[in-house]
Amino acid sequence: MNREITLTVNGETLTHSVPVRMNLVDFLRHEAGLTGSHVGCEHGVCGACTLMVDGATVRGCLMLAVQADGTHVTTIEGLSDSGRSGALAAAFTARNALQCGFCTPGMIASAVGYIEGGGTADRDAVRAHISGNYCRCTGYQSIVDAICDVIGGDTP
Amino acid sequence: MKAPDFDYRRPGDLAQALALLTDGGGEAQPLAGGQSLMPMLNFRVAGPATLVDLADIAELRGVTRADGWLRIGAMTRYAELADIDDVPLIAMALPHIAHDAIRNRGTLGGSLALADPAAEMPAVMRALGAVIELAGPDGTREVAADDFFLGYYDTACAEDELIVAIRVPIAADGWRFGFHELTQRHGDYAITGVAIAAGPGADPVRIAYFGVSDRAIRADAAEDALTGTDFGANAVAAALPHLAGLEIDGDLKASEALRRRYAAICLTRATEAMR
Repeated sequence: MNREITLTVNGETLTHSVPVRMNLVDFLRHEAGLTGSHVGCEHGVCGACTLMVDGATVRGCLMLAVQADGTHVTTIEGLSDSGRSGALAAAFTARNALQCGFCTPGMIASAVGYIEGGGTADRDAVRAHISGNYCRCTGYQSIVDAICDVIGGDTP
Repeated sequence: MKAPDFDYRRPGDLAQALALLTDGGGEAQPLAGGQSLMPMLNFRVAGPATLVDLADIAELRGVTRADGWLRIGAMTRYAELADIDDVPLIAMALPHIAHDAIRNRGTLGGSLALADPAAEMPAVMRALGAVIELAGPDGTREVAADDFFLGYYDTACAEDELIVAIRVPIAADGWRFGFHELTQRHGDYAITGVAIAAGPGADPVRIAYFGVSDRAIRADAAEDALTGTDFGANAVAAALPHLAGLEIDGDLKASEALRRRYAAICLTRATEAMR
């Protein structure tokens, strides 16, 4: 079964007919051509598909595309193009806060939500916030370093 | 995996939603925040013929206060509950529920309707003495949280009913609350957890455990032992033996003996904030 949806993705209005069972991140990757959001576990645990709907971070795999009808969606591409994630991307690079990079778009989207929500450079609070985003390479230390650098204004 | 195919409906009001559930004859599944239902669909544990998305129903939204009670619309999201400051136990439990991105979508009504025995909110509602408002084809009715949870993912809400709102008493002067849970990782479902509400003086204490049985359960004997005390170390030590009668289950994650030990640890730590 298909249903037509109209939504704004990174500032651009899109109208598509989508299968109702298609989740939002699959729609963004396969229909909208935005492959920055990654698909990991498909049950809301790994955080690789974290993106923003109406300004709030959500799991792209735990929302149907039809549920996003009428919403404003911002993906990692939109965060990057608008400059919202620029300092984080630079800090992740400077701190070696990624290796394979699979978790990075979701990690940065979560970090944007934390920083824009008024999060502080308290390492325990940062760790608690990104506890829903799995990284299997770095051991998180360098990711926490990078996020705290941005909050402290200590960017490369 | 990907979800199986289904029919998707998005009714604009409560009456339409209830009609869709009645027409569905048990094959129609309400969709609230979807933070548990979507994984179940993706795992194909759930395969409803019709999903009835409750997102557009104004009757299920909003938080109001009247006669000492807070009335929370069933579709109120966890992130919105964070703004509630007159029922402290809710705010104490929220940080333990998954992660920000989940709390931005997950709803109170959805959690209670699912009735996961390891979820926080069913126990919080039992500790608070909440009342759950249901609507069905024959009108509305109310069920006490103590009578709502019947077993694993089983509640008093019939297939053709919806939770409309949840009422909880606003905390008056002298009320104290405690909350603690033990998990393997932050945001995971609890291996064992406890929620406690205590009125002033000799008012009854309500203690609800989660993650230990087929539903959130009250610890009646420990409640009696702690009623009228100062929750000091001696009073808590005297109450701990009264947890022996709790019906606790073991599973592959934690044995009954381990959960019983965790139950005592949770009570001790939760009451430290109540002195």
